Amino acid sequence: MEFQSILSAATGGHGAVNPWAAVAYLVAGVLFILSLRGLSSPATAQSGNRFGMIGMTIAVVTTLLTHMPMRSEASPQGNPHDLMVDWISLTEILAAISIGAVIGIVMARKIAMTAMPQLVAAFHSLVGLAAVAVAAAAYLNPVAFGIADAAGQIHVVSRVEMGLGIAIGAITFSGSVIAFLKLNGNMSGSPIMLPGRHIINLGTLAAIVALTAYFTQDQSPWVFWTITGLSFAIGFLLIIPIGGADMPVVVSMLNSYSGWAAAAMGFTLGNTAMIITGALVGSSGAILSYIMCRAMNRSFISVIAGGFGADDSGGGAGGSKEQRPWKPGSAEDAAFLMSQAENVIIVPGYGMAVAQAQHALREMADQLKKEGVNVKYAIHPVAGRMPGHMNVLLAEANVPYDEVFELEDINGEFAQCDVAFVIGANDVTNPAAKTDKTSPIYGMPVLDVEKAKTVLFVKRSMGGVGYAGVDNDVFYMDNTMMLLGDAKKMADDIVKALSGSGH
Amino acid sequence: MDFIAIFSIFVLACFVGYFVVWSVTPALHTPLMSVTNAISSVIIVGALIASAAAGSATSKWLGLAAVVMASINIFGGFAVTARMLAMYKKKER
Repeated sequence: MEFQSILSAATGGHGAVNPWAAVAYLVAGVLFILSLRGLSSPATAQSGNRFGMIGMTIAVVTTLLTHMPMRSEASPQGNPHDLMVDWISLTEILAAISIGAVIGIVMARKIAMTAMPQLVAAFHSLVGLAAVAVAAAAYLNPVAFGIADAAGQIHVVSRVEMGLGIAIGAITFSGSVIAFLKLNGNMSGSPIMLPGRHIINLGTLAAIVALTAYFTQDQSPWVFWTITGLSFAIGFLLIIPIGGADMPVVVSMLNSYSGWAAAAMGFTLGNTAMIITGALVGSSGAILSYIMCRAMNRSFISVIAGGFGADDSGGGAGGSKEQRPWKPGSAEDAAFLMSQAENVIIVPGYGMAVAQAQHALREMADQLKKEGVNVKYAIHPVAGRMPGHMNVLLAEANVPYDEVFELEDINGEFAQCDVAFVIGANDVTNPAAKTDKTSPIYGMPVLDVEKAKTVLFVKRSMGGVGYAGVDNDVFYMDNTMMLLGDAKKMADDIVKALSGSGH
Repeated sequence: MDFIAIFSIFVLACFVGYFVVWSVTPALHTPLMSVTNAISSVIIVGALIASAAAGSATSKWLGLAAVVMASINIFGGFAVTARMLAMYKKKER
């Protein structure tokens, strides 16, 4: 029977992968590539996501068909004709998938968009832990994975792959748990600095590498489990010294790790879908980390070394802080100025999202558009808590995506705009990043709001400073009006003033 | 498949990933993260093999636990991505 020959071929492992299954996994891998390709534009993104779902379905169904749980107690010789499908086992598997599906869908439905970074960190931790569980299962039952010879000795190459898989998986898990706790506020965002942490971390990493090398010679359980334990520890140790401001980089980095963990397991199983996906996800996370580092003007190494945001001394500039004059303004003033303007650029920051002002802000923009004002949004790459976060928050508030522009696309337009409306952002508008070499944020790309004819700056009070703890010259410019107050209330008041002023 | 064949696929896939990801618009970087998260749960393939195999009860239960975790990610990741992408709308004219 053909079905049974498929089954017996599939259990052969590395040497004898069923060609149809191999093609199916390849198709799944290609569909995953297409799913990321779809994200090049919001117009094609939804179909991209569907490609991803189809790819995953193909991978899961192929695996279930080629690795159908079988019972063969009836025939000790393993005669294929006596093999029967083990329905109990199959039901358990399908139940496991259903449990996961329910939990996953409920989480996805309930999560607030502001909490997206936490959700992603939580999901990463699950990928990591699943990779650890799979690697451990493969270690305990290598014959089932086709990675051992008749005597139960695991192939040397497979041992290296397995060691890497479990190490990266465990680091992804414990690192993501810490990132989740910090993002979710269960743990202080300030860095926790252990004395001699660089020595401890490097020593632990060296031990993991050495043990993985030794694992190729000796596959005893203590080696395997020590690698696992040390890897959990290093993930924890690596993330606790990293401050809350650097979390966008950390989340992207863990995204990358979860991909490499999948790729390592793909090597163990000789599975192309896993390898392609792992490489895609690994590069994706690495590129996002790079983009975030560049946007914050931080080197990857300095983020990993940690400790940013630890010193509350506020850098050099904070010491000689003289009282400079600034111009206060009211919601009515702001409404009048903007309704008379031709072009308005809104610069939202995370403070806007914290105040839940995005809907009020969009109403304000709608009112202005009704008056014939041209409204655009300018997004700095680190405006949110993770890459692209601000775009999602604006999309949720029904801001059309073709009114939202990235820093490099809109920065030239500030010089021609009448009003720059800054709400909940600070450091990303600070011109000191361009001019003051002593400033801690020097070199960071910033939005050129100071070039606008008028700057309206919504801020809770004059006392507070941004993450970087530096004063912003924009506050004290002649053409800046400070609108002090809660972002949501201010936006609401401006909407009222705009609709009051009539047509 | 031998190691070199698999390794070649891996290296080429890294290059594909590099170019595909740079072409993703920055506005969609959050959905990119959630969808990569969902597809990296293709690790469920290994989990299914472990839970279907006879021979080690511990291995089987580890496999089933991994199936649950990976499924949370797959369903949750795709669902939350779909939810986000549905919010991106063009200006109505």
